[in-house]
Amino acid sequence: MFRFIARRLLQTIPVLWFIVTATFFMIRFVPGGPFTAEKAVTPEILRNLEAHYGLDKPLYEQYFDYMGNLLFHGDLGPSFKYASRTVNEIIADKLPVSIELGAISLGIALFFGLILGVIAAVKRNSFFDYLASSVAMIGICVPTFVLGPILVLFFAIHLGWFNASGWYTNIDRVLPSATLGMVYAAYVARLTRGGMLEVLNQDYIRTARAKGASEFRVIFRHALRGGILPVISFLGPAIAGILTGSFVIETIFQIPGLGREFVNSAFNRDYTLVLGTVILYASLIVILNLIVDVVQVWLNPKLKFE
Amino acid sequence: MIRRFLVSYLPLAAVLIFSGCAKNDPGSSGYDAPIGADGQKLMVYNVGNGAEPQDLDPQVVTGVPESNLLMSLFEGLVTPDPKTLDPVPGMAESWELSDDGLVYTFHLRENAKWSNGERIFAEDFVQSYKRMLTPVFAAEYSYLLWFVVGAEDYNRGKLEDYSKVGFKALDERTLQVTLNNPTPFFLRILATHYSWYPVPLKVIAQFGSLTDKSTRWTQPGNFVSNGPFQLKDWLPNQRIVMERNPHYWDAETVKLDQIRFYPTEDISSEERTFRTGQLDKTNELPNAKVDAYRKNYPESLRIEPYLGIYYYRLNVTRPPLDDKRVRKALALAIDRDSLVRNVTRGGQDPAYAVSYPGTAGYTARAQLTGDLAEAKRLLAEAGFPNGENWPHVELLYNTSENHRAIAEAIQQMWRTNLGINVQLTNQEWKVYLDSQDNQDYWVQRAGWIADYVDPNVFLEIWTTGNLNNDTGWSNAEYDQLAAAALKAKNDNDRYEIYQQMDAILVDELPVIPIYYYKRVYAMNPKVKGYWPTLLDNHPVKYIYIEEEPEPAAESE
Amino acid sequence: MPTILPSEPIPEEPIELEQGFSLWSDAWHRLSKNKIAVFGGVTLIVLTIACIFGPLLSSYSYEDQNLNLGASAPSMSHWLGTDTLGRDLLVRLLVGGRISIGVGLCATLVALTIGVVYGATAGFFGGKTDAFMMRIVDIMYALPFTIFVILLMVFFGRNIVLLFVAIGAVEWLTMARIVRGQIMSIKKMEFIEAARSIGLGKRRIIFRHMIPNVLGPIIVYTTLTIPAVMLLEAFLSFLGLGVQPPLSSWGVLIKDGAEKMEEFWWLLVFPGTIFSLTLFSLNFLGDGLRDALDVRSSKD
Repeated sequence: MFRFIARRLLQTIPVLWFIVTATFFMIRFVPGGPFTAEKAVTPEILRNLEAHYGLDKPLYEQYFDYMGNLLFHGDLGPSFKYASRTVNEIIADKLPVSIELGAISLGIALFFGLILGVIAAVKRNSFFDYLASSVAMIGICVPTFVLGPILVLFFAIHLGWFNASGWYTNIDRVLPSATLGMVYAAYVARLTRGGMLEVLNQDYIRTARAKGASEFRVIFRHALRGGILPVISFLGPAIAGILTGSFVIETIFQIPGLGREFVNSAFNRDYTLVLGTVILYASLIVILNLIVDVVQVWLNPKLKFE
Repeated sequence: MIRRFLVSYLPLAAVLIFSGCAKNDPGSSGYDAPIGADGQKLMVYNVGNGAEPQDLDPQVVTGVPESNLLMSLFEGLVTPDPKTLDPVPGMAESWELSDDGLVYTFHLRENAKWSNGERIFAEDFVQSYKRMLTPVFAAEYSYLLWFVVGAEDYNRGKLEDYSKVGFKALDERTLQVTLNNPTPFFLRILATHYSWYPVPLKVIAQFGSLTDKSTRWTQPGNFVSNGPFQLKDWLPNQRIVMERNPHYWDAETVKLDQIRFYPTEDISSEERTFRTGQLDKTNELPNAKVDAYRKNYPESLRIEPYLGIYYYRLNVTRPPLDDKRVRKALALAIDRDSLVRNVTRGGQDPAYAVSYPGTAGYTARAQLTGDLAEAKRLLAEAGFPNGENWPHVELLYNTSENHRAIAEAIQQMWRTNLGINVQLTNQEWKVYLDSQDNQDYWVQRAGWIADYVDPNVFLEIWTTGNLNNDTGWSNAEYDQLAAAALKAKNDNDRYEIYQQMDAILVDELPVIPIYYYKRVYAMNPKVKGYWPTLLDNHPVKYIYIEEEPEPAAESE
Repeated sequence: MPTILPSEPIPEEPIELEQGFSLWSDAWHRLSKNKIAVFGGVTLIVLTIACIFGPLLSSYSYEDQNLNLGASAPSMSHWLGTDTLGRDLLVRLLVGGRISIGVGLCATLVALTIGVVYGATAGFFGGKTDAFMMRIVDIMYALPFTIFVILLMVFFGRNIVLLFVAIGAVEWLTMARIVRGQIMSIKKMEFIEAARSIGLGKRRIIFRHMIPNVLGPIIVYTTLTIPAVMLLEAFLSFLGLGVQPPLSSWGVLIKDGAEKMEEFWWLLVFPGTIFSLTLFSLNFLGDGLRDALDVRSSKD
């Protein structure tokens, strides 16, 4: 297994390099730059602005400068939009917020999603299946930009239990995580149900039952292990997505997380911040996919590391 | 199966309907009101401020949210009267103007101080403006200093010796500014625009080169300013907190203890935050909510004139827009009354001229006049009777629900009234700006907000080659008039020239004026000391929040 | 010699041979017995027909504005009410459905096809091939989507095909991973070894034996992908790709309705309801399909 992990980590190097390079050049070909503004500036000022940020140098030179800073100093450069802050700082400020939001949401999602999914699978095609599936469907049918405001209107404005936005006290965590969690819970529930149904008909389940194992044991020790496989495959990138924040949730609830920066940095043409967030996201994806692959083999002994 | 999905959707629908009966008193202040050192509740003003600021250095930023922040932190030579925006003494307690209108002499206060207690001298101003004009520093608003002798040349790198620029410190407390032309609105700019604020050079120097835009001097703890408030805390994308500056010369007038600015990019979310009482003032109000506020919370609704215009640019180099009859037909076929009444709903005023009426006493006499019949006639004359032969034309707007609604309405008006089909195209902001710069559009939605109160701001844009023109329109007579206006001896003469310029614009129509902006937002009625102004500038030193009357002593 | 000869030929009972069921006919048979799934399928068909033909029956066009009327609640003249520009919501909803269902199905089909083929191939071959293919998936995950789409628009203009490319480019990735995971888990099963041992070609094994056996999670994930696609289309219209106004789609209608839900509840409730109805139908149909195709549940 360790050879497998080592080999995978070695593979990530060219992957990350490719992603950074591709993004670096991609963003420069997009129309509009960091200093394209509604009130136009004179060409001299524009030239000086670009010189300050090194944008007047030939592209390959900028690229080597950037990579050099990145690899030898871990320096992601200054933000083009937020003049006095560096990308390292911005990420260091916002990542913990996104991690917190993500972790709580994921906890909610897994808790409710797995329960609903198992109920639906075990009580297949019965009333409980439909009830559980329908509740799970809320997360899919009601998009976050609808669910969020509805929750705010009811719990914050009508009942007055929460603030309508902000991320200051612990209570402020509740509504955003609930909104985000419900969406992911829906996915988890559906995938769990599907995966469990695959497994529940298999011979080894029948064997376990024939051997007299309790239903609870059959479900949770045997069936869930196999049934959870599609959830795990989905979870890898889902965790990366949820950890780096959700743009919509952060906008609705005014949360200073990284999700907004992913999208806004592209809209602002803040080249360094785009690259910084992409590098972060790419690293996360790669690591999480690796973990997912390892867990898959662990759960299904028939698979082997190749 | 219907039952099953009703199970999930019906409760949500019920929630929706119930939440319509919200009982919270909107605008009730009290979110997290902190307690001061002496145990008294602090007077805190919570403001929704739009986008997260780019920075807090007045010589680096370019936006409106930044302007609100900087106005509370800094003060210029003169400061605006809260009701009229007329310049009143600020850092300068008095000033004189020479007879030829070119030389201003400002006398600084003795007690003009930075928030770290150090005195402010005339030389500080001279050096601040040097930083602003240094080419390498690349300040984007440096052109607002170009009224001063030598400033433009120095800024463009043509002049190397700063002492030849028209800023001079005659002594510790006397600053002399020499202009190129008599500029009647000069003091008005100084009062309201942050590009003329002084910056604490000694502090800046501690954190890096003076001409480096990206130093850390603006971080809380490092930051020093000279206005009624000082920076206490800055949590990016969360809030900026300011507290009273005890060294401010007029600190006694300042009533607020703290101001908190919240960046609120989503205006629906902002409105909900206002309703829970967390905000005292919002930056905007969603169009759909204006009527609801009129009916239910009229004391919280603010609709105020704003010096800006919403218009459509026309690319006059692209047929059929090169024919001014077509342009006029398009302009006349828009039912502006219906638009502001039914679509934007914010009580805006329809615009039939480019100049904003009543700007510093100027109102254009020339107005766009003509009815639908004339529009059809003009279109037919130009070769497109009832829309026949009409080529491909696109209407470009930047993605926003507001702009889309207006564009859809106008597209329909053109179709119904003229029989022509104009295709709608939306682009994301930077791509849209890029299209504008490259003149890659037919009709483009645009807005222009004045930096200072003078009719000049709307008219100077349309000269040939002006960076913000972007229509390809070029008119020699217009250019001559614009140059003459700069040399006018007094406002009357100047305004007469502007009348002629407006007349040309209404005749040629390189742009179609649509409506004049209004500021529409929600505000806690307890906020006082606040008056509507054309630039939406509200000097914070006069603002206070009405206290609840003390409850009668409770009987046990 | 006494011989008993039959006077008549003995009537023969026709011998019934047991009919073999192919996977697909068996599945169809089982599916048609599943009432909920059938209901879902029928609902989808009815919705699609309504969206295609409904607007032709209405006296309103999706773009006819009535500015003075503005947003009005459901009434006899406008069954679902009107939007803020006075346009009939019912017609707009149906026309929007053409876009959403069309894009939803087509883009998902694209993503499905690419994802399944790619994931199955990677899972089957394993080793270096799998590693290389999965690393490409990792790369595509990480590239910034917004920028990618803007670039596409710069180079290729703004046509509808680009919409499918953009959406498909994002959605096939997770599908590929799921399929790969499933394939890898059944790769070692006996029936696959049996197929291999009798010399079946690789393509035949992948497509005729492996994929049908992993259809369960694929179907489930597909039904989850379609709503994501519909909402992604709403995001893309923000970037200027996708339908141009006055045309609209469910995603855009819901987004607009969400901002006005307190004042004009019908602008959210009706698009939301039809959206949910579609999704529910899809899911129940998908579940039914999954059950029908489940080779391990008994035939009877």
